Amino acid sequence: MTAVPSVTPLAGPGPLIDVHAHFFHARGPRADWAAVNDARFRAGERIGITYHVASILGSWGLSSPVYFPSPSDVTDGNDAMLAIARAHPDRVRAYVTVNPNHTAHAVAEIDRCVARGAVGVKLAASRRADDPLLDAVCEAAARHGLPILHHIWQHRTRDWPSQEISDGADLAVLARRHPAVTFILAHIGGGGDYMHTFPAIVDAPNVVVDVSGSGVDRGMLDEAILRLGAERVLWGSDVTMETGLAKLMGVEAIRLTADQTALIRWGNARRIFPAGSFPTVEPAAARQAAG
Amino acid sequence: MIDVNALIGPYPFRYVPHPDPEVLVHVLAREGLAGAWVGHLPSAFHRDPSAGNSQLFTALATHAPALRPVPTIRPDWPRWHDAVRAAAAAGAPAVRAYPTIWQLGPHDPRMRELALACAEARLALLLTVRFEDLRQRHPLDTAGDLSAAAVRDLARAGAGVRLVVTAAGRDLIEEVHWGLTPEEQRRVVWDISWIWGPPEDHLAKLFHTIGADRFVYGTHWPLRLTQTARANLALLPDDLASARLADPDRLFA
Repeated sequence: MTAVPSVTPLAGPGPLIDVHAHFFHARGPRADWAAVNDARFRAGERIGITYHVASILGSWGLSSPVYFPSPSDVTDGNDAMLAIARAHPDRVRAYVTVNPNHTAHAVAEIDRCVARGAVGVKLAASRRADDPLLDAVCEAAARHGLPILHHIWQHRTRDWPSQEISDGADLAVLARRHPAVTFILAHIGGGGDYMHTFPAIVDAPNVVVDVSGSGVDRGMLDEAILRLGAERVLWGSDVTMETGLAKLMGVEAIRLTADQTALIRWGNARRIFPAGSFPTVEPAAARQAAG
Repeated sequence: MIDVNALIGPYPFRYVPHPDPEVLVHVLAREGLAGAWVGHLPSAFHRDPSAGNSQLFTALATHAPALRPVPTIRPDWPRWHDAVRAAAAAGAPAVRAYPTIWQLGPHDPRMRELALACAEARLALLLTVRFEDLRQRHPLDTAGDLSAAAVRDLARAGAGVRLVVTAAGRDLIEEVHWGLTPEEQRRVVWDISWIWGPPEDHLAKLFHTIGADRFVYGTHWPLRLTQTARANLALLPDDLASARLADPDRLFA
């Protein structure tokens, strides 16, 4: 565990929620898993991340594929993720990861992990987003009031190896079937053509986007905010935190209002996750509500 | 600090906001950078880059010495030696070449000839591994990434060669670096525009294994957020807080 920072965070002093983080665990393929987790905490402290909302995708490929995790790997990964959240209650929240091909297990896993503190559902790429098989998962999410973070390729022009990839248009179809659920379209900087994503989802108001991913194209943030509005854009990092920090610096450079910036940093996350998920953010929310 | 990896001009495969020298000057000031080595983005895709080079020299003239031109030179184009001489005469610190776009293979002797001609003129040869992420490229953008083999081949071309390789990731950097002799390694510097930071900490690992003095500051403006390089350095672990990048103006020192 790393020390609490004593300097002003690089991203400024306000609350900051990373809605797209990952951790690793001992039952995956990486010998350096603990060091990578520590590095996320270290960078998070330096950046000023208030909460990491994170998932573990099964065994990360050790005993079943990352995007097609077996039920037992799903359970192991979720248990590891919940353990990290329990060990860091002040800064980590867990998604429950599911594979909808094993529908009964997926729904049971959502119930089980919500009872243990999960605040959202993570869907990787085990099934295309518009597939009816996802309906049971969405209904479970609705029942618990959870958002669904859905792994997305920005403009699917063909199949890609090792995943049943979806894009914004696919997710919009699912979102229209489940208007009570908020869907977080993952990582607009995570590959593919984000310029396709924005018009594909603009008419599906229960789809929001996270800005995570290694892609840092100039113009991407501006377009996301212009096309969708700041109230549909959430901050996240995924596997590259320096690009996450750069995007926060980029948001500063494009001179949004303080309210818009607050929405992206934490306000939208506070709105779409279950009430009370981020208690240390509440004072800032109260101050903002008071004007 | 100097940004070695900036460009002006539009990009053929997507809209890029205001890729103009006036804006670049403003961005450099915001980022606390003293200047930039600036190429002409469309020239990478022109058959004959000479007109683009003229545009570049003209566009940057009023911003000297902060913005220094890095013209594009094709070693498969007639009288390219003249362009090398013109670059040196114009005070360019380097020239840009795009062998994959021009379909020059990793061991093409014309690229080695260009590297040696640049060495003789005390110009660095600036190579670009990629302009965009592989996953978002336009269907017509089929050139592919620059290979490690191509970089190794040029690093081995001669003692005076100086390569500045931009937009490389950890795998390619390591494959090149550890595939060269110590003497050859010293001929190559890498910009940090596309190296991952935490939690994977590729930049920190490379600083530890290869040394920070093999890296230079680069942003890949206007294609990528300029802030990424700054963010990456700011997130280095404490034991690398005093790490110093190489000074690109001293490559021939």
